Amino acid sequence: MNPLSVVVRTICDVFAWFMGIYGIYIIIHGHLTPGGGFQGGAVVATMAAFLLVSHGGKKLLSFAKPGFYSGIETAGLLIFITTGFLGLSATFFYNFLAGRGGLFGAVVPIGPNSGILNSAGTISVMNMAVGLEVIGGLSLILIYMFKGIRLFDDQTGGSETGHDR
Amino acid sequence: MTGNLPFLAVGIIFFMGMYAILFERNLIKIAIGITLLEASANLFLIVLGYRTGGSIPVFTLAGEVRSMVLPTPQALTLTAIVIGLATSALLLSLIMLLYRHYGTLDVREIRRLRG
Amino acid sequence: MKKKVLFLIAILVVAGVFWGALSRVHPFGEKARAPMDDYYLENAQQERSVNNVVTAIVFDYRGFDTLGEAAVLFTAVCSVLALFRKGSEGK
Repeated sequence: MNPLSVVVRTICDVFAWFMGIYGIYIIIHGHLTPGGGFQGGAVVATMAAFLLVSHGGKKLLSFAKPGFYSGIETAGLLIFITTGFLGLSATFFYNFLAGRGGLFGAVVPIGPNSGILNSAGTISVMNMAVGLEVIGGLSLILIYMFKGIRLFDDQTGGSETGHDR
Repeated sequence: MTGNLPFLAVGIIFFMGMYAILFERNLIKIAIGITLLEASANLFLIVLGYRTGGSIPVFTLAGEVRSMVLPTPQALTLTAIVIGLATSALLLSLIMLLYRHYGTLDVREIRRLRG
Repeated sequence: MKKKVLFLIAILVVAGVFWGALSRVHPFGEKARAPMDDYYLENAQQERSVNNVVTAIVFDYRGFDTLGEAAVLFTAVCSVLALFRKGSEGK
């Protein structure tokens, strides 16, 4: 396979970081604007897809091993379940932080307003946890399917021909 | 009758997916058919919850709101989309392994090579 | 050829069933009677102090659904990793 041209590599380099920042914005503003953990996590995983397409797997795996993404995924799921259990004094998944003041507990005015960032209690925490889980999971799926495609060319599976130099 | 055009679109997408599942012989095209079926189910849920002139159910900078679209079908469709993404990733992985094992994507060839 | 004729007949039957079912559904865009959704729209801001009602339903009112969804995503990732692990092509 011929290596991709310098135009494609430059554009993918620029837009990968743009996609990362935009996805994190969607995750953090999940309780104010349309979006949330799942959508923002999918947008951040696009960053991994861009780097994979333009540079090949070795460049992406030099940033972080697959164990790093697996750790992110597991940590997100654990934070999610723990936040659910912490509200167990009332019910499972009770929103015990909403409206209490503090970091996540600002009170929003009723009706259309301009939005307060540190509101929404555990919903904001769960957005970030689910965002972490989706980032790790989708990046792992992309990396391993890319490895699976590479296995067709040479059965040893290690080296990638062309595509990254 | 033109007011009910979205329901007609749901039916058309459903039958396109069903045709692809029943008559195509390439495994990738069958996977595309399954994805079309999921898309028609999601579109049906969203269409059921629409109100004419309604805005999105978000209060941030909403302006003068008269009515809002029903939020529960949108939340459940979000769930369905993520589960569909996970299942289609698993489906394509299985198709890749089948291609590596048999060297073809034709369903009849795979059935003939059984054993 | 015979299969295509059978498929046409099946299309007609299923389309008839769809038509019969959709004639009882409210028309597109008409105000449906949905007390649960109206409760969410009116009280989500006061009870949970959140602006986005869809997020309030996904993560708070119906948190169990989201827990199952996250578990499904985790299981799918584990399955893909198990399919493509090193040495899986070695019969």
